[in-house]
Amino acid sequence: MSAIADFFTIALLTATLRSTAPLLFAAMGGLLSERSGVTNIALEGLMLLGAFAAAAGTFFSGNPMIGLAVGMLAGLLGAIVFGVWTIGLRADQIVAGTAINLLGAGLTAFLVQRIWNQAGGSPQVEKLPAFSVGGNNVNILVPVAFLMVPLVHVVLYRTKAGLRIMAAGESPTAAESVGIAVPAYRYACVLASGLLAGLGGAYLSIGDLSQFTTNMTAGRGFIALAAVIFGNWTPWGTLAAALLFGFSQALRYQVQALNLPISQDLLIALPYLVTLVAVTLFARRSHPPAGLGKHAKSG
Amino acid sequence: MSANPAPAPARMAPPAEPGAGQRAAAALPTILSSIGAVALALAAGAVIILLSGQNPVTAYAALFEGAFGGVKPLTETLVAATPLIFGGLAFAVAAQAGLFNIGIEGQLVLGGLAAGIVGALPLGLPAILHLPLALLAAVAAGGLWGFLPGFLKAKTGAHEVITTIMLNYLAFRLSTILISMDGLLPVKPDLQATMPVQPEARLPKLIPETRLNAGFLLALVAAAVIWWLLYRTTFGYRLRTVGISRGAAAYAGISWGATIILAMTLSGILAGLGGAADTLGLQGRYYNVQAGYGFTSIAVGLVGRNNPFGVVAAALLFGALSAGATKMQNTAGASKDLVSVLLGLVILSVSAFAVLDEFRKRRKQAAAAQSVTVTRDRAEEDASGPDDTHFQPL
Repeated sequence: MSAIADFFTIALLTATLRSTAPLLFAAMGGLLSERSGVTNIALEGLMLLGAFAAAAGTFFSGNPMIGLAVGMLAGLLGAIVFGVWTIGLRADQIVAGTAINLLGAGLTAFLVQRIWNQAGGSPQVEKLPAFSVGGNNVNILVPVAFLMVPLVHVVLYRTKAGLRIMAAGESPTAAESVGIAVPAYRYACVLASGLLAGLGGAYLSIGDLSQFTTNMTAGRGFIALAAVIFGNWTPWGTLAAALLFGFSQALRYQVQALNLPISQDLLIALPYLVTLVAVTLFARRSHPPAGLGKHAKSG
Repeated sequence: MSANPAPAPARMAPPAEPGAGQRAAAALPTILSSIGAVALALAAGAVIILLSGQNPVTAYAALFEGAFGGVKPLTETLVAATPLIFGGLAFAVAAQAGLFNIGIEGQLVLGGLAAGIVGALPLGLPAILHLPLALLAAVAAGGLWGFLPGFLKAKTGAHEVITTIMLNYLAFRLSTILISMDGLLPVKPDLQATMPVQPEARLPKLIPETRLNAGFLLALVAAAVIWWLLYRTTFGYRLRTVGISRGAAAYAGISWGATIILAMTLSGILAGLGGAADTLGLQGRYYNVQAGYGFTSIAVGLVGRNNPFGVVAAALLFGALSAGATKMQNTAGASKDLVSVLLGLVILSVSAFAVLDEFRKRRKQAAAAQSVTVTRDRAEEDASGPDDTHFQPL
């Protein structure tokens, strides 16, 4: 009993919240994009761009708040390219997303080398402020991430724009026939997903850590997208899925802290395994937006 | 499009068989647009080099010199192209069945690892047995890692993009775990590698004093076999039909599930062989590092328009890029990472050009249909061309 109490501590809880936050930012962005009908596998690359730009912005300005803004801007710029390709040029969404991911990985590694003349990452930079919960530091972006869930819920289900977004995602042709500017709503959602993914990336480099390291997102963009699928394309469902994936990451730190005899390699693999199993089990029961991947007639 | 009409029931008319000359003429715009896309990407890359404060002419000149300037650079280009041919074929086979295999990296890693372990075992077998055995191990490992996402997709509908990415991470982890099991396996944990491959299991060198080895020939053979399989066999016909339209395939009595499982398994096998070529040919042992071949392979498949010969051409191009990158870094100071940027740009550029091609094709079809009223169903519309890549969204 006491062993269990020792394991399920405030530290594990805060570690879970910390691991969930970046997933949640990206997943909320991915959810908006998907509900508008655009499959966004570019989340990984957008997060990476955000993580890099936030660290670089902080490095040059000395102010992590400016770094945060730069990180979000980088995610936005990447999303503009992704949006122009998938919505404007009507390119295949999966192919364009893969290109953004490769660009994100290549460009950030290239710029790390160019700016700091070293491989692997940036120097240490200042972090965003944190507050303490039971002796454990929690970054200010963590509650912001969780606030995004009700915000996206309200936007989607309680506003006119949200209903139009979902109409664009369910049937772009039907939405257009009643005068909804499908491309405009899709652009708005994809750009929002860029801002949010950039925010999630910035959290990694100047919220959780205090530097950028190459490929530091380590698949979180893809896990975030899996959370959207596992969460059946709803904000609260996505939150539950992100918490599950975040918990499976946090387990590793807790096992490490308590020196439990469980293989680190297995624990590192756990979030990926959980994601794989979750996606497999829930693929049949999930209901993606019917118009996902379908192009609108105009633009 | 040429196909074997034998398995198709009468209600599904077999496509007309154009002559070789006609086929080549039809392929020309596709080839030109691939070249145009690559040129556009290189131009965009030049802008990035310029913005980063370096001279793109010097950088590209060094890149070219490093890839083509002499026997040694030329063989290095072929060496770098070898895993990319396998990876590009792996991507193409899956893509022709309508599947986006991002899991090539993991399949390649496990293929290389399996070949490294079996190749390093002191079995005392002659080369005629040991080498095929090591290759077979790679086929089994890569095939399994391809079968899994195919099976999951067929049975549960789990999207292969998510499952293959997760399987990539699991493959890297599995590799790290197995590499640390000395005593049980022929591995060297402090080197993060397997023991050296036995001479009997090595792919022999083709030109002494260079790194060019029989892996390159194996890759060319694989390309020819895959071309034959895709365009001259019933299996290939089914695979491509499933990729063009799942509905049309079902109408023709083709099992979608069985076909995509086979396609993904074959894709994994090809990727696994790519890993084996790297281990048994180039490195002489398996190193536990992600070489990134799998992601380059996606670009190779897309630029090669998922045609086996196109894949070989694209792999040579990307092989040249990566062989020249070292020279570019050393003499022009432009970082090797620029090559990954170029990869992303090439994919963006190719996907934009693909849209233009489709637009051109549609316009041609519309012009042809002007005098006749034709009702086209969705399946026909999907079948605008076998080289157009459309993947299921997720």
